[in-house]
Amino acid sequence: MYTILRKELADHFSSTRFLILYCLVLCVALLTTYMVSMNLRSEIAGGARIEHLFLMLFTTSGQFFSLTQFIAFFGPLIGIIMGFDAINKERSSGTLSKVLSQPVYRDAIINGKFWAGLITITIMFTSLIVLISGLGMSVIGVVPSVEELARLLCYLLISIVYVGFWLGMAILCSILFRSLGTAALASIALWIFVSFFVGFGSALLADAIVPVERGDPQAAVKNARLAENISRVSPVNLYSQATKTIMDPYRKTTKDVVLIGQLESISMSRFDHALPLGQSVLVVAPYLTTLLSLTAVCFGASYVIFMRQEIRSM
Amino acid sequence: MVAAIDTHELTKAYGKYNAVDRLTFQVEEGEIFGFLGPNGAGKSTTILMLLGLTEPTSGAANVLGLDPRREPLKVKRQVGYVPENVGFYPDMTADENLRYVAQLNGLAGSEACARIERAMAKVRLSADRNKLVGAFSRGMRQRLGLAEVLIKDPRLIILDEPTLGLDPEGMASMLKLIRSLSQEEKISVLLCSHLLHQVQEVCDRIGILVQGRLVATGTLEELSGEGVQAEGDRLNLEDIYMRYFQEE
Repeated sequence: MYTILRKELADHFSSTRFLILYCLVLCVALLTTYMVSMNLRSEIAGGARIEHLFLMLFTTSGQFFSLTQFIAFFGPLIGIIMGFDAINKERSSGTLSKVLSQPVYRDAIINGKFWAGLITITIMFTSLIVLISGLGMSVIGVVPSVEELARLLCYLLISIVYVGFWLGMAILCSILFRSLGTAALASIALWIFVSFFVGFGSALLADAIVPVERGDPQAAVKNARLAENISRVSPVNLYSQATKTIMDPYRKTTKDVVLIGQLESISMSRFDHALPLGQSVLVVAPYLTTLLSLTAVCFGASYVIFMRQEIRSM
Repeated sequence: MVAAIDTHELTKAYGKYNAVDRLTFQVEEGEIFGFLGPNGAGKSTTILMLLGLTEPTSGAANVLGLDPRREPLKVKRQVGYVPENVGFYPDMTADENLRYVAQLNGLAGSEACARIERAMAKVRLSADRNKLVGAFSRGMRQRLGLAEVLIKDPRLIILDEPTLGLDPEGMASMLKLIRSLSQEEKISVLLCSHLLHQVQEVCDRIGILVQGRLVATGTLEELSGEGVQAEGDRLNLEDIYMRYFQEE
């Protein structure tokens, strides 16, 4: 497996595809960071030092979107681009049957490809976050605290798992579909479906199950909660809710809808104390678990299908 | 001595259709066995079963004394397979391609280097070893495919249509190469082809496969004996081939 992993890593790093992708992400990230930090600087000028200012670098939106929003939206595409031609390209060029006629297990091939992709993504994201932090530090002039660093690390971990899920999904598509185009389209279709339509769909479904009548606040709350729960089918929503909580210590729940009484109390306490890191992680843990298990499901399906597939030299 | 390949009633069914139908044949150690049959006769499917790349529906295969279903890795370690359209990574040099295969076989360092060098010399590609495979001609790719299996010092080589798309000269040198492998290195060879005359030229024994069934096996002389004696070997075998082919 290490041989395959090493070769795939070398392929990733020497490919034009990776270079373009990295430059693109880097440009957007640096631009956004710059805008955000300029905004922050003008806003906090003269005021007292705000706690957790450094994290705001990632969560406040510049002109259009914040960095975390950008990764939530664009991360899947990174995973898809790196994985959609993993197996079917080798199949069509005839190298798959050659590799399989060597003394290697079949799963070593998908394992090698998946881990090579994941390592590439890890390197990409880590360098990105370090660069952004550096730029942010020099512009706003605030050094991150240890807790902020720990939160960033959690964020990095969740992001890698998130993109890893999409990588696994893309590899599954590349096993299922023989043509490169179909595999790419299928995975992009799924990406668009979960990032846009699950949002609309969950609202529709919630309306159908719990119709909201005028002047019935309980039904409205029920409806909104249901919609939120349904929308958690989508890994995009899982990811963005998890990262929102991890990156904003004042956020005490991942839920967007909170009952009035609670809401009041929380909004009161919101400005009192920040949630300690351990508690934030605890809130987010189920989300991370779900993301991990989704990745495992994709990967498991890939195994089962690939093991049974007949590899012809075509 | 164990036969290089020994199958018994090997069958592969796709739905109701039997791609390979109760195939029983032996390839002795050190011989070149020609697997002759029209396109779609089940030659490639048989190879996949021999390598453990697909499961037979019924029957058993034995390759170098091993069951490819149970011990595919051990089989693949000793058997070299050159597929019909052998693929390489086009953006790597010939040398790098071979090195990758050597690593997949657990070879590294000077041992791998020595074997690559030897294999390259054998197929006369030493001069081109640092060229990108993307720029290779068809004949060169086929030879490189052969070099690739030689790296692992195989006891058996399975060639699927090794001369497909080659010009007459390339074809002749390819056949010569196969012949020399069998004579000098004592490697058993299973050669699959639909081209009668090249099988006739190099093979010790021949099996004719039509629609998944083995209709005849034997040496050239034996097979010719079944035909009319008057017109010489070549025509006789052709007659047999055509006769079986048209019967189906």
